[in-house]
Amino acid sequence: MSLDGLSHLLARATALENEDPLLRNRILAKRRVALLFYESSTRTRTSFELAAKGLGADTTLVSSLSSSIEKGESLKDTGLTLKALGAEAIILRHNSSGAPWLLEEATRLPVLNAGDGMHEHPTQALLDLRTILAHLRPGAEALSAGTLDGVTVTIVGDILHSRVARSNMMLLPRLGARVLLCGPRELLPDLAANAGPGITVERDFDVALGQSQVVMMLRIQAERLAGQQLDLEEYKAGYQLTGPRLAAHVPTAVVLHPGPIIRGMEITAGVADGPQSAILEQVRNGVAIRMAVLERALTASEQGGRA
Amino acid sequence: MTALVIRGGHLIDPAAGVDALKDLLLKDGRVAEIAAPGKLKQTEGAEVLDATGLTVAPGLIDMHVHLREPGQGYKETIATGTAAAAAGGFTAVTAMPNTLPVNDSPEITRWMQAPERGAAIRVFPVAAATRGSKGEAINDFAALKSAGAVAISDDGCPILKDSIMRETLAAAARVGLSVIQHAEDTRLTHFTGGRASMNLGPTSFRLGLRAMPPEAESGMVERDIRLVTELRDTHVHLHVAHTSTAAALAAVHQARRNGLRVTCEVAPHHFLLTEEHVGLYNTNAKMNPPLRSAADRDAMIAGILDGVVDAIATDHAPHAVHEKEVEFENAPNGITGLETALGLSLRWLHKKWKMPLGRVLSLLSAQPAALLNLKGRGTLAVGSFADVVVFDPKAEWTYNARETKSKSRNTPFDGWTMQGKVRWTISEGRIAYSNPA
Repeated sequence: MSLDGLSHLLARATALENEDPLLRNRILAKRRVALLFYESSTRTRTSFELAAKGLGADTTLVSSLSSSIEKGESLKDTGLTLKALGAEAIILRHNSSGAPWLLEEATRLPVLNAGDGMHEHPTQALLDLRTILAHLRPGAEALSAGTLDGVTVTIVGDILHSRVARSNMMLLPRLGARVLLCGPRELLPDLAANAGPGITVERDFDVALGQSQVVMMLRIQAERLAGQQLDLEEYKAGYQLTGPRLAAHVPTAVVLHPGPIIRGMEITAGVADGPQSAILEQVRNGVAIRMAVLERALTASEQGGRA
Repeated sequence: MTALVIRGGHLIDPAAGVDALKDLLLKDGRVAEIAAPGKLKQTEGAEVLDATGLTVAPGLIDMHVHLREPGQGYKETIATGTAAAAAGGFTAVTAMPNTLPVNDSPEITRWMQAPERGAAIRVFPVAAATRGSKGEAINDFAALKSAGAVAISDDGCPILKDSIMRETLAAAARVGLSVIQHAEDTRLTHFTGGRASMNLGPTSFRLGLRAMPPEAESGMVERDIRLVTELRDTHVHLHVAHTSTAAALAAVHQARRNGLRVTCEVAPHHFLLTEEHVGLYNTNAKMNPPLRSAADRDAMIAGILDGVVDAIATDHAPHAVHEKEVEFENAPNGITGLETALGLSLRWLHKKWKMPLGRVLSLLSAQPAALLNLKGRGTLAVGSFADVVVFDPKAEWTYNARETKSKSRNTPFDGWTMQGKVRWTISEGRIAYSNPA
């Protein structure tokens, strides 16, 4: 998506958020949107659903544990079935990287990626961007390659398995931000620095924090460790975001976390609930962003495609 | 059997040192006579193929093919796989043993060669090294050899245990068979709940795919070479299948400098494509070993041009359309290759990288024949099997996977330009494929 497209999307998120709910309801009135979820989700699923309903669309949820997916139905056939039932767009959360491309090719419907494996979580990056802009560039409208000049965002923890990290490290440097990736080798391979421009690996959490205006904490994705062993006490000593650490290195930085947070693991309760935390703000921004994304997918017919 | 005359063609037979206009007489499945144009003596009653302007060469030999029978006839049968082979100019293929059940017995080895299978060309089974290819109990190689097996391999299931691999190499050496290893340290590529699905590098990180480090291949090759070194006083022969990394190729090269009988093959996709071709999760770019880095790809080309690589083999691995229309991580490994190997080799190795035609053909016929000790094949000297490919070396054409003779069409080369159009493929004197201009 171009920067103009991004600017427009963010502007629409704000406009839709401020819109009279009764008028907003007409935008996608009675349009059919399917949520197809192969992984559990609280925030993403609920906010996509609220976003779709907020625009007047009818939604239906298919999750892998209570559908024919359990009986062995393929993603292609599940998608074709939803299309036959009248779905005009599918919101897909899947445990395999790349699944949205497969579904889009099979159904020729707009597929909104609600997180695919370890690959990307585009709407999360957009809502993170909205949160960051609200704090660091309030009032910014048109985005440019310099909007986030001078801003360093440190992403900390299980980068290897994180689609949130990938989406953010691809998006934020386009606006001029510098992204520091921070974590132990098992969760952050050196080659991550080659993923794109503006990305640096910094193993020392305190050093990274000292340069940051934004700190994005990630959960260790136990479900994707696939047999990998990790010394959690060592991990906490190196990478847990604590009150003292925050105070010592970044007393003014914005603290983000895509959730779910594991209190006492990557972040202490005090920081999560503290004044620098924008975690619940991120959640709130999710609805506005997803309204804008849904509107774009279902009204700009020539655009379609993934968010 | 009727006699066949191939007239007016340019015979290229690297093993016999022939590169000239020649007429050939094929009779009773053998090459009966070779003479200057118009000079054959005993052509009466023979069917005549006009090969004017065409190249006549020993039929191609693919030493790494999956024909899927027994057990997975929906992907490919011996009949359809060999029909595709014939269309690609091949007159012999070696069939890997990862069938269902695994070809670990003389019975299955014979079954694969039975006339009832309807093979268009010669099929030489490769038998499993261990029972069920489980890497534990070694099979009876003498019995497998007398049933027709031409090599030993647990292809797809690399033998991890040093003791079993050493025993396999030693036992195969005793009966004069080569051991073909799919070199992959699966301790580095399999994980709880799945397998890595592409090469480890920036691309795999970006795509969020679990990945195979190049060391999984080269480390296994190095281990195998250590074992060959220990057994160097025997007739041990290690052949490294589908070599894909610069480090593995370097290890083979070094082993050979040290006087060991270690050889290797490279597949067209590994000298033409890189991990970038995975694109947006194209399952027809998923195979094992995976597409590697550009540096590895360049090393394969250099190895072919320098003569370090002993053979080109396709690793033809057909899969049904529905099996590949799934999530990248869940898709089976492999692509088809029999119909594209010659066209790609001529276009790229010969035309682009200026490798002499005879050397390209040798990698596809004489050299695999020698590696597998296939007597009377890979050459068209008088008395050899009448295994011939006749092709138009100048013809350029576009490969259309939908027209394949294979049951499957999982290829990344659909729509690619090929050079060299096969006109006739002749297997032991019979026309197995014809496509006259």
